[in-house]
Amino acid sequence: MSPLLQGVVMILIGLSGCIGYFYVSNFVLDKIIFPPKLDDQGRNINRANLVRPWLFLLPALLLLSLYLIYPVVGSFYRSLFNRANTEFVGLANYGALWNDSGFRTALYNNFLWVLVVPAASTFMGLLVAQLTDKLSWGNVAKSLIFMPMAISFVGASLIWRFVYAVDPNIGIINALRDTVGLSPMDPLQLPFWNNFFLMVILVWIQTGFAMVILSAALRGIPEDTIEAAVIDGAKPRQIFFRIKVPQIKGTIMVVWTTITITVLKVFDIVYAMTGGNFKTEILPSYMMDYMFRDDGRATAVAFVIMILVLPVMIWNISNARKEMR
Amino acid sequence: MDNIAGSKSSLSLVTHVTVTALVILWLIPTVGLLVSSFRDREQIAVSGWWNAAFSIEEATRYQPAAEGVTERDGLFVLTGSVFEDDPSTVSAFGIAGRAPDAAQPGQTYGRLKLDVVQEDGSIKTKNFETAWPVDATPVAPETFEDRPVQGFTIDRALSITRDGDFTWMSAKDITRAPSIYFISPKPPSFGLDNYQTILTSDNMDRAFINTFTVTIPATIIPILVAAFAAYALAWMEFPGRTWLVALIVGLLVVPLQLAFVPLLKLHNQIGIGQSFVGIWLAHSAFGLPLAVYLLRNYMTGLPRDIIESAKVDGATDFLVFTKIVLPLSFPALASFAIFQFLWTWNDLLVAKVFLPKTSEAWVMTVKIADDLLGSRGGDWGILASAAFISIAVPLIVFFSLQRFLVRGLLAGSVK
Repeated sequence: MSPLLQGVVMILIGLSGCIGYFYVSNFVLDKIIFPPKLDDQGRNINRANLVRPWLFLLPALLLLSLYLIYPVVGSFYRSLFNRANTEFVGLANYGALWNDSGFRTALYNNFLWVLVVPAASTFMGLLVAQLTDKLSWGNVAKSLIFMPMAISFVGASLIWRFVYAVDPNIGIINALRDTVGLSPMDPLQLPFWNNFFLMVILVWIQTGFAMVILSAALRGIPEDTIEAAVIDGAKPRQIFFRIKVPQIKGTIMVVWTTITITVLKVFDIVYAMTGGNFKTEILPSYMMDYMFRDDGRATAVAFVIMILVLPVMIWNISNARKEMR
Repeated sequence: MDNIAGSKSSLSLVTHVTVTALVILWLIPTVGLLVSSFRDREQIAVSGWWNAAFSIEEATRYQPAAEGVTERDGLFVLTGSVFEDDPSTVSAFGIAGRAPDAAQPGQTYGRLKLDVVQEDGSIKTKNFETAWPVDATPVAPETFEDRPVQGFTIDRALSITRDGDFTWMSAKDITRAPSIYFISPKPPSFGLDNYQTILTSDNMDRAFINTFTVTIPATIIPILVAAFAAYALAWMEFPGRTWLVALIVGLLVVPLQLAFVPLLKLHNQIGIGQSFVGIWLAHSAFGLPLAVYLLRNYMTGLPRDIIESAKVDGATDFLVFTKIVLPLSFPALASFAIFQFLWTWNDLLVAKVFLPKTSEAWVMTVKIADDLLGSRGGDWGILASAAFISIAVPLIVFFSLQRFLVRGLLAGSVK
């Protein structure tokens, strides 16, 4: 059976399975287990309503616990065993990671990414949002800057190969160097700075995201605060930094953390551009080097990523709980 | 800030210029890819895509049939035109592939056989290439490699006019087609050749279908599962509800990488293995936290009156959900669908782990990253067209449904 046909069948099975589950389980609950009949009527309806939320939640909770909660425990547990999964080695995998210079490079580079990409994307996004705010063709400009969001990291990497290529007839950077008489060089082999050339790709993608959200936040600022500042003689720069930015600080933080999370997941750019060579490895790509070869190591790296994500997770949860109150 | 007296015009001009510069900067890489994907392979090799609109000087090898050879001044002569059908101009020519630009039109270029006097008095024949005016005779150098030259004969010679009329002269009879090299401007050529190559010979069509196969179930399944859960979290009262919402928010950021090893093992144990079914389940589950979160946020904002009056009229939760909440939540459903579609379409990581490693199961991102970048590494036209095929569908979705995407982003991030 061709995968496409299989896909259609899967959609049908999935959809009818879901609809069937919800319909049948509700039917069973209402008509068979707690039928609202005779003297039990009121009590049965209440009892049914006590169970029903869990019927609605069950499929989602099952998938979530299997694919997202269990792996946190499962991966950690697996990381305590050796490569062949035959022997308990305690934290030896983590020790091996720490002693591996490749891992330390990846960790160091990842910190660079986490420092630079969210900051640069948020800054560029804020800049574009502010500049396009009152522009007649602002929406067109925003739409074009937002466009890279739709492009895959692999596609983006290929697009940027046309910027970084060594051949001055392909790569724009080397074409520019050529016109001023410099010999071609490979930006991706330039130690240390090659990391930043790779980060540019992610900033190119994420700026649109930051821009869309910050632009909505800027529009949400009450006009009277700005008018009051204008009347008091504030300069445009002061209005922006003293009046507008403080009011959207919360949104800036949300954008910042969201991009940070994205940074910790991105493996495609490094993989497609340098393959982790020339000291550009980051944790997700380092993990994929060990995936399928040494699951103990791979899970240990994944768990390290989890630990790095943890502060953001806690911050998000506490924010969400504040909102719900 | 535009309404500050006196500073308006200069400020807005700066704004216009800055934004234009930013937009151009943002677009340049993509435009380069798009232009390159339509360009001819030879043209890509000799000129950058930013010169794509201009002619390039291209070397051509031309081999006239050895027919109609005449004899003149002791040389065999073959004449004709290098432009058989479509006229063009010759800017340089040569008799060897290593130097196709050795001489200018109006000159004759040829190889002389020099008689060089050796130290012991004997004479050795040496080849020497030079150019001379058409109506003149060649001038041999007086010395060759520091030895005096006694005389010479013409071995072979070629002259081409600007219009492409050539005269080929040879000391020996011309029985086989000689090779003529010349440089002429080639007009820019655009075409779908790269697309045709990549789609027919490189299995990209298969990868395209595979991507669709992964994407569509992985987009539809989580929507339905999440919608019910979101309704329960938004409109049903039960103990532990806030706790569950917090859990969903926490799960939003759990790194996918954690799931790979344990779940691949689980998939293998229950017989799914690396397969499309496996990746559908994985993508559905990975998309769920965002789906539940987005939909719950949206559903909480629906007017309470409608839902409560329906319940007063005796509608069950199931009915309220299917007949009222679901249709009203269409914008949020669309937002999430676009997100999930873009995310699954563009994904490389999950596909590398949960799909079989055989080339029949490659999705486009895997095909490009694992195959084309290696096997077609220097073939920029092919790479560009492959990349463009893979980003075309997301771009269409993006530009046609941007409204929903923006709304979804806002609902997911700003509360």
